[in-house]
Amino acid sequence: MKSDKILDAKGFACPMPIVKTKKTIDELQSGQILEVHATDQGAKNDFVGWTNTTGHKLLECKEEDGVIKFWIQKR
Amino acid sequence: MKEERSTQLKEMTPHELTEIIFHKEELFILDVRNQSEFQDWRIEGENIDIINIPYFDLLDGIEPALHKTPEEKKVLVVCAKEGSSKFVAKQMLEAGRNNVYYLQGGMRAWSEHLEPIKVGDLSDGGSVYQFVRPGKGCLSYMIISNGEAAVIDAVRTIEVFEQFAKENNVQIKYTIDTHLHADHISGGRRLAEKTGASYWLPPKDATEVTFRYHPLVEGENLTVGNIPIIIQPVHSPGHTIGSTSLIVDQRYLFTGDILFLKSIGRPDLAGKAEEWVNDLRQTLYTLFPTFSDDLVVLPAHFGRISELGEGGKVSARLGELFKTNPGLNIREEVEFRKLVTGNLPPQPNSYLEIRQTNMGKITPSKDEEREMEIGPNRCAVHDQ
Repeated sequence: MKSDKILDAKGFACPMPIVKTKKTIDELQSGQILEVHATDQGAKNDFVGWTNTTGHKLLECKEEDGVIKFWIQKR
Repeated sequence: MKEERSTQLKEMTPHELTEIIFHKEELFILDVRNQSEFQDWRIEGENIDIINIPYFDLLDGIEPALHKTPEEKKVLVVCAKEGSSKFVAKQMLEAGRNNVYYLQGGMRAWSEHLEPIKVGDLSDGGSVYQFVRPGKGCLSYMIISNGEAAVIDAVRTIEVFEQFAKENNVQIKYTIDTHLHADHISGGRRLAEKTGASYWLPPKDATEVTFRYHPLVEGENLTVGNIPIIIQPVHSPGHTIGSTSLIVDQRYLFTGDILFLKSIGRPDLAGKAEEWVNDLRQTLYTLFPTFSDDLVVLPAHFGRISELGEGGKVSARLGELFKTNPGLNIREEVEFRKLVTGNLPPQPNSYLEIRQTNMGKITPSKDEEREMEIGPNRCAVHDQ
């Protein structure tokens, strides 16, 4: 999937993947897509919850070789 | 003592939290995990108030947490592993609060914590200890007599049993599982391998196991200590087909997952409820009434936090349970059948994988085992 920016949050434990994602997405324009790479398993549910409350759209989430990738469209 | 102490981040260990729950002290918990994890499973206690604000809802400011937690009470911030609770607790301290703690190791550590409590004595001066796992409701036991010990329904954190045996200067002779567990990973086999004990399991539950074990069957009594304490297995099917209760020293009745204090076990295999409901009825309504009312019932789980008695102990006289346990007071067979086979609560998380682990068919890593067990326990009929 195409993205406007990639954030590498690999190796960071909770809460850092979401803290970094929030910071990065604040700098994007509405409608732009941020791709996040994380390794913390807990991130999966947290990204679902976080996008639900913030209104950003979680377009896709998949896991490749232990890396969880999220595509999030800014609201 | 330095003045800055008051603003320092304070940790609470799972042991300290257990003490608060056992002694029914007051505590306010701010759980900062995401909503679905909180809904699924959380810390419970009689005088514990708990709210959920996910940490990611506090990224724009800590104010919601300050508004919703009482200033005059001790506040414990909890998350999955620890990181987010420290993150939130620190901001609360910086905002001027001081009675704020975080839970060491988070819910992951809470899920594993085991607390030993003495349940009672044996006729030769030995003792029975209950190991309460407050985060999951599992109960394991150690019977100690004259330098020897038997461990019943050991959970997977076997270091606790090894340590306890060492402190009490006893050799673990047997590890016994009352049935093949589906809701948590058994430590029975591993503990036996490590300590040179023999591992006992009901053969009817062990038809698919990949390892050698000693068959736990009626008539084959085990003894612990020089002045022998007799462990008498009694086949009591219903939760599983092999479920076996143990009468120890003619004083204690270890009921496994057949009978709890405020509820009864449920058939533990999807699709087998119809088949096993008659066994369960037979065990509870025909077999158990033949036992002495004075036996002290020691189950393998507690379902509700209100089942924790004095000092956190979970036990009751059998005669008392015949009066008070709703699952033992259903006169009509039809109604019993309806209760047991209808309304079955959701199966424990990772239920199939846990069974396969306990059968030796798969060997997950420590982290995988931990993940498989995360969540609540749901093996009783009345549990939601």
